[in-house]
Amino acid sequence: MSYSKSMSAKSDGKKKGLVKIANKKQVQTKSKDTAKSDSLAQIPDKTLIQILDLMIKSRVLEERLIKIYRAGESYFWIGGPGEEAWGVPIGMLARKGEGPKYDFLHLHYRCTPTLIAMGMDMKDSIRLMMNRVTDPSTGGRNFSNHYCFPKMNIAPVTSPIEVQYGIALGTAHAQKRLGDNAISIVTGGDAGTAEGDFASCLIWASRKGNELPMLITVQNNYWGISTSYEGQHGESAIADRARGFNIRARVVNGNDPVESYIALKEEMDYIRRTGKPSFIESKVSRLYGHSSASGANFVGNEEDCIKSFSEKLISRKLVTEKDIKRMWETYEAEALKATEDARAEGVPAAESIWDHVYANNENSDWRKF
Amino acid sequence: MANMAQAIRLALHYSEKNLQLKDVFGQDAGAPLGGVFTATQGLKTSWNTPLDERGIISMAMGIAMAGDRCVAEIQFCDYIFNTIDLLKIAGNTLWCTNGQYQLPMTVMTPVGAGIRGSVYHSHSFDSWASRIQGWKVVMPSTPLDAYGLLLSAIKDPNPVLFLKPKALMRVRGDELIPGEPADEKELKARIDAPIGDRSKWKPEWPGVQDYWIEIGKGKITRHGEQITLVSWGRHLLLANEIADELKQHDGISVEVIDLRSIYPYDWEMIKSSVAKTGRLLIVNEDTEVTNFGEHLIYRVVQELFYELLARPRLIAGKNVPGIGLHPNLEDATVPQKSEIKSAILEIIREVP
Repeated sequence: MSYSKSMSAKSDGKKKGLVKIANKKQVQTKSKDTAKSDSLAQIPDKTLIQILDLMIKSRVLEERLIKIYRAGESYFWIGGPGEEAWGVPIGMLARKGEGPKYDFLHLHYRCTPTLIAMGMDMKDSIRLMMNRVTDPSTGGRNFSNHYCFPKMNIAPVTSPIEVQYGIALGTAHAQKRLGDNAISIVTGGDAGTAEGDFASCLIWASRKGNELPMLITVQNNYWGISTSYEGQHGESAIADRARGFNIRARVVNGNDPVESYIALKEEMDYIRRTGKPSFIESKVSRLYGHSSASGANFVGNEEDCIKSFSEKLISRKLVTEKDIKRMWETYEAEALKATEDARAEGVPAAESIWDHVYANNENSDWRKF
Repeated sequence: MANMAQAIRLALHYSEKNLQLKDVFGQDAGAPLGGVFTATQGLKTSWNTPLDERGIISMAMGIAMAGDRCVAEIQFCDYIFNTIDLLKIAGNTLWCTNGQYQLPMTVMTPVGAGIRGSVYHSHSFDSWASRIQGWKVVMPSTPLDAYGLLLSAIKDPNPVLFLKPKALMRVRGDELIPGEPADEKELKARIDAPIGDRSKWKPEWPGVQDYWIEIGKGKITRHGEQITLVSWGRHLLLANEIADELKQHDGISVEVIDLRSIYPYDWEMIKSSVAKTGRLLIVNEDTEVTNFGEHLIYRVVQELFYELLARPRLIAGKNVPGIGLHPNLEDATVPQKSEIKSAILEIIREVP
């Protein structure tokens, strides 16, 4: 979706403090507009503009990835357009670096906003999308949004859902041993919480005396592929499950970047201070469906967080419509150029299938044993 | 001489001191029990986990991702099956990340029958494991090999599956681990936890030294001329016994190879032995259909077809859903000495 489409899209009841959910019913979200207005003052203006800028950059990138798919230049798209208001603050607030002194991020395949906020080059996402040999995450081996950046402790994103919730326990365990107040952040979708690994995470993270420094989050977009939230859940809130393990838990409106930013900062501070886990359920939109398998078309009936936030910053006179238009155009040009560059880059060689089965390229081909 | 449980314990102790091993964990792995077979007793870094196999494997993956060395235990391999997709991911992480994230983790788990363990304490995992790419898979048959292979597993930058033949955990070898007290009573007094209250007990570790067995290298345990008998784990000891008996009573010369590493495996050793004997029998207790031995036979047929004097054979576990508890059932399912011996005689008598 372009800038003009974004700004003219239906508002979806945002002004009533409502978020549209998958079955088209509207539910009251936790925050009221008044609370949001107050919370806006808690973040410096410069940061607010930066958040919007990163959200737009991420959206432009995701829409570019979809275009690449549509042009037949990639086999599959999956990503996170619509989840920027939640994902960008994570990336801005994480302690970025390599190794257990820094935060580990165990993400899923809707986390482009977090990566963009951490400084990922658009081109690196496009290289992944186009299976280029230059793709720094997988060398052309895996799907879009399956990022891996060890320099930023971005653990490899996997297609099997929820396994990251268990793996995050291990990095948190190592971080706790080191004692540098670094944390492990894990994200996933609402439907994935049906997997046993989600329960494993809550159990292992909360053992008395062995609590782990983890920020456990769920991006509740009310969908599990094509099945709605109601078809998959009986609990009132996913966060209630964490409360059952004495894990501090809250639900936030993930379409509001300010509420998300403040909540994330508070919980990250709490975890660093106490060494204990915390849980956030973030209610978000899914603006282009599950993946290219379901068409990757824009859905008009869910809140678009970029539109909402743009309007908010315009009304507070922090940016003008012209500024926002410029942001879109700048990133669209960057994404287009990155696509052209990536297109010209090489692809993986057939013989490279044997590379990296074992560390240091030790032979793994039985024909050569 | 140490038994295999003690040898594993000594290897873990050595690794805590010298190989930066930071965590040894699993169900009942820590105090007071120190593992159902006592293989993790008295260690500085051992701890008890929730009864959650997926949690155990995931935890190991995360620890390895953070750069620390760990050994995770699945109490019996019968319970590792619900972790197979995690084992897949552990094995494909380096590949999927184009060489970026190594996972230097060791998973150990008791395997096989032989202790009247009924349906869910008798499974094997070696053939299953051979299909999980990116892992190295080892299986010792003696305490010294267990020591040397475990050190190599912990040091290896890849995920390594260390399969412990559970029926051999109390079996002693005939070679000392470097630094091990020669008197087994002394060893027991120093490193076995007392019966009863253990809250104040601490082991007095002997100064064991490093001893490495390269992963991927087998061992010829009996030299022979007429037939090659390849096995691993519990059945290797049976293979040795059979070779000794056939030599003594029938004058038949059997070359026994302890494969020790399922993957990568020692093809050169198998190849040169079969090229010499022209006859091959493979024995292991995992189930017989798509058994790892079939892969080895495939390769022998492909590369040594014209040097074979008889059809290569495989004796493995019967392709039934479980190993029944009654001895009649277990014995009918798992390869027995008599059928191995008969098969050797049959192969020897076969005329090309």
